[in-house]
Amino acid sequence: MSKRIDVKDLNVYYGNFLAVEGVNINIAARSVTAFIGPSGCGKSTFLRTLNRMHEVLPGARVEGEVLLDGDDLYGSGVDPVAVRTHVGMVFQRPNPFPTMSIRDNVLAGVKLNGKRISKSDAEGLVESSLRGANLWNEVKDRLDKPGSGLSGGQQQRLCIARAIAVKPDVILMDEPCSALDPISTLAIEDLIEELKANYTVVIVTHNMQQAARVSDKTAFFNIAGTGKPGKLIEYAATTEIFNNPKVKATEDYVSGRFG
Amino acid sequence: MASITTTARRSALTRNRLPRYAIWAAVVVGLVLGAALSTLVGFNPFGWGVFAAIVFTAVYVAWSGVVEGSRKAKDKLATCLVVGAFLVALLPLISVIWTVLVEGTKGLATPGFLTTSMNGVSGIQDNESASDGTKVLGGIYHSLLGTLLITLWATIISVPIGLLTSVYLVEYGNGNRLSRGITFFVDVMTGIPSIVAGLFAAALFATIFGPGTKTGFVAAVALSVLMIPVVVRSSEEMLRIVPNELREASYALGVRKWRTILKVVIPTAISGIASGVTLAIARVIGETAPILVTAGFATKINTNVFADWMSSLPTFIYTQILNPTSPSNPDPSLQRAWGAALVLIICVMILNLVARLVARFFAPKTGR
Repeated sequence: MSKRIDVKDLNVYYGNFLAVEGVNINIAARSVTAFIGPSGCGKSTFLRTLNRMHEVLPGARVEGEVLLDGDDLYGSGVDPVAVRTHVGMVFQRPNPFPTMSIRDNVLAGVKLNGKRISKSDAEGLVESSLRGANLWNEVKDRLDKPGSGLSGGQQQRLCIARAIAVKPDVILMDEPCSALDPISTLAIEDLIEELKANYTVVIVTHNMQQAARVSDKTAFFNIAGTGKPGKLIEYAATTEIFNNPKVKATEDYVSGRFG
Repeated sequence: MASITTTARRSALTRNRLPRYAIWAAVVVGLVLGAALSTLVGFNPFGWGVFAAIVFTAVYVAWSGVVEGSRKAKDKLATCLVVGAFLVALLPLISVIWTVLVEGTKGLATPGFLTTSMNGVSGIQDNESASDGTKVLGGIYHSLLGTLLITLWATIISVPIGLLTSVYLVEYGNGNRLSRGITFFVDVMTGIPSIVAGLFAAALFATIFGPGTKTGFVAAVALSVLMIPVVVRSSEEMLRIVPNELREASYALGVRKWRTILKVVIPTAISGIASGVTLAIARVIGETAPILVTAGFATKINTNVFADWMSSLPTFIYTQILNPTSPSNPDPSLQRAWGAALVLIICVMILNLVARLVARFFAPKTGR
């Protein structure tokens, strides 16, 4: 299960403030796409429009189309909650549910929605999700212990397991490694490489080496100044963005000569 | 000729310090001089304590000032003031508990005190027990039962209303006009005199069921008027400190908002909410005035909150003190009142302990 994303002329507003302007991007299925750019340029805001998570903040709205295999996420009659079961998300800081065990954290997407699941199916889903997140061997003997007892890197992989347990088509990652040490970061990067086989992965990162390591295509976002909207400056294959960018701003940014 | 120092070289970083025994010496001086000073104005233990504290502070601070310098002396003065303030704050509490323990133990120890009501106990029995020295008849069973039932019903009414209000304020209000209005009126309600809450409930039920409707349920409504703002406030605080990340994590899994609130937000905050509710119960369990005007003061056992008058511990104490069962021999009534007061204090203490246990029991588990 993996779907492509096509974004057409997307504007994102917070109230009257235009945060991101005129984004056109086509993200292929079964690929890793990285969003890079300076802080405040709207990468995360744009990422959150891909599963309608930005609507959680009051006053946020969009204009334009986001097509998931041709279906508009913002069409009339689309339920934002249903959208989020198709497009999963992993956040910057690991946020396992503190009241739940490791097992219940993985099953959260199923259980919180009140779906009934047989015990053997639940066990199977827990194991496959944790294996999918490269966490099974570390936690298989303590599935009933609270998720908050794991290390930061393990917690983040638990959050990834939780996200893939609802079997989404797309996984969005908002700086998933920025709170982790290099070893845990490596584990997550390896995992992203594996997730690519089954999912469309979109990752926001501040770490350009990371973008170069994990992504097939890279999108560079930039902002003209404070109060101005963020824009998609350049979108191309990762090797091209880092070795042979077409736009001067991209070259300045990836080579560190920015600003 | 060079002078030879035989003493060990003193570190340049140390200064003079008071000897270890200094504080005890100052205590002894304080106690002795305090006793002398209080004798001048007429000795009593309280005056002794006050004078001893003043003398101790003066001696200790002055000594420190001479030996250690002014900075240390100021430090010691501040310490003395802080400890003194703490003792002054603690004094009334200890005094109350001590008095109730001393006066109430006899009543509580009387056989049948917890298991009998005041039904059939009149001035004749009290006069007999006062003149013959037989045991004081009558007990607080009906009042204890009434207190528990009225508080239980008040809790049943207040907790859903209070919790749902706080959920609205935190999750749906977003600081709109309605939620600001609710917050304002909740604050106003916190300050309502309890007698006004009682009059409100009495008037409400008098309008609906005719004048003179006095039952345990009316009292429960009166108490819930006092309890709801406390529950709203404490659960609101608890819901607000649930990190937004958890809500977002739940939304990102495609979980609906009401399920997120029910399964993620409230479970995360439940320990705080539960202990807040318990403290709110402890707050209203001792209310007297609203129960007097809504449930009357029964002398017999009544387990039905929807019919007839009902007694409670505070109203029992009030009536026993103000209208002793035997006006010529008030001592048996006094004894019963103190016993009831002791039971009431024990109830409140148990509730506070329960609040702590509940908070610990429901707290999110950590550890590996």
